[in-house]
Amino acid sequence: MIVALAVAIGVTLGLVLQPTVPVDLQPYLPIAVVAALDALFGGVRAWLERIFDDKVFVVSFVSNILVAALIVYVGDKLGVGGELSTAVVVVLGIRIFSNAAAIRRHVFRA
Amino acid sequence: MTTETTGTRLRGALLSRPSRGRLIVAVLCGLLGFGLVTQVHATSATGGLGSARTDDLIGILSDLNSRGDRLRAEIADLQASEQRLQSGTGRDQAALDEARARLNTLGILTGTVAARGPGIVLTVMDPRGRVGAAVLLDAVQELRDAGAEALQLSGVRIIASTAITDDPRGGLDVGGTRVTAPYRLAVIGGTDTLAQALAIPGGVLDTVDGRPGAHAVVTRSPHLTVTALQPLRQPRYARPAP
Repeated sequence: MIVALAVAIGVTLGLVLQPTVPVDLQPYLPIAVVAALDALFGGVRAWLERIFDDKVFVVSFVSNILVAALIVYVGDKLGVGGELSTAVVVVLGIRIFSNAAAIRRHVFRA
Repeated sequence: MTTETTGTRLRGALLSRPSRGRLIVAVLCGLLGFGLVTQVHATSATGGLGSARTDDLIGILSDLNSRGDRLRAEIADLQASEQRLQSGTGRDQAALDEARARLNTLGILTGTVAARGPGIVLTVMDPRGRVGAAVLLDAVQELRDAGAEALQLSGVRIIASTAITDDPRGGLDVGGTRVTAPYRLAVIGGTDTLAQALAIPGGVLDTVDGRPGAHAVVTRSPHLTVTALQPLRQPRYARPAP
C-alpha cells in the first residue's frame, strides 16, 4: 500500500514540478531509470517467489543504479559512452524481460 | 492454490502496517516514478536533443551542415539557371524585335505591306492622251531620287521591278495593269523635297504642261496612305550568299 502510494506521489511530483534535468546528470538519468526498473521487476519476482527481502531490494536497487551510472561515466571518459550506455540498456532490458517472464509464470502459471 | 495465496498475500501487503524497511523501499520506488516521469518529460520537451550525447550531437550537427551546404549549392545552381533563362528571353525578344523591324522595312520596299506617312499626290490630267510612259517613268525616277519610299500609280504599287509602258489601246501598262488618264501618283517621302523635285525648271511639271491639253498638279498631304500591294515573288535564281 505504502509502495503504491509512494510511486503515485513520485509521479505526481514529477508531473507537477516538471524539473529540468541538470546537464551533468543528463546522460545518467535514463540509464538510472532503466536500472531501477530492473531492480523493481527483480523485487516483484522475488516477492512472488516468497524470497523478498527489504534489505536485498534496497541494496540491489542502489547498486544497480550506481553500477549503471559508473559504467556510463567510465564509457564517457573512454570516448565510448554511447556504445556502453547502449550495452547497459540492452543487458538491463534482457534482465527485465526474463524477470517479467518469471512474474508471468507465477501470476498466470504459463 | 498459489493464485489465491498470492491474492491473500497481496491483500495482506496492502493492508498491513509498513515496517521501516518497507518505508525505504517505498521511498526508492517513489524516486523511480519521479525519475521516470522527469526523463520522459525531458525527452519529449527537447525532442531528445537535450539528453543526446556529445558525439551524437556532433553527428547531427555535421549532418545538418552538409545538408545546408547541399541546399545552398542547389540555390546557387537554380539562381544561375534562372539568370540564364532570363537573359536568354531578353536576347530572344531583342532578336524578335529586330526581325519585325526588318520585316516592316522590307515589306515597304517590296510593296507587300501598306504604308502611310507624309507625302505628295501628283495628278496628271491628259484628256488627249499625249502624256506617255516616258514622262511618268521620268516622274517616278525623279521622285525616287528625291527620296520617295513608297509609290502608287492609279491603284498600282510601284516597286523596283514594276515596268511602266505605253499600252497600245491608249493609256499606260503599269506592271501588267492597264491604267488610263487622269493618272494619280501617290508618293510617301519628304514632302518639300518631293515637290521641289517635280517643280524644277524643265522638270516633270513643265514637261506635262508642255503637252497639248495636259496639266499636272501637286498636292501636299501630311497623312497619306499607300494601300495597293504587290505579291511577293520568290527569286528564281538568286539565293542569299552566306
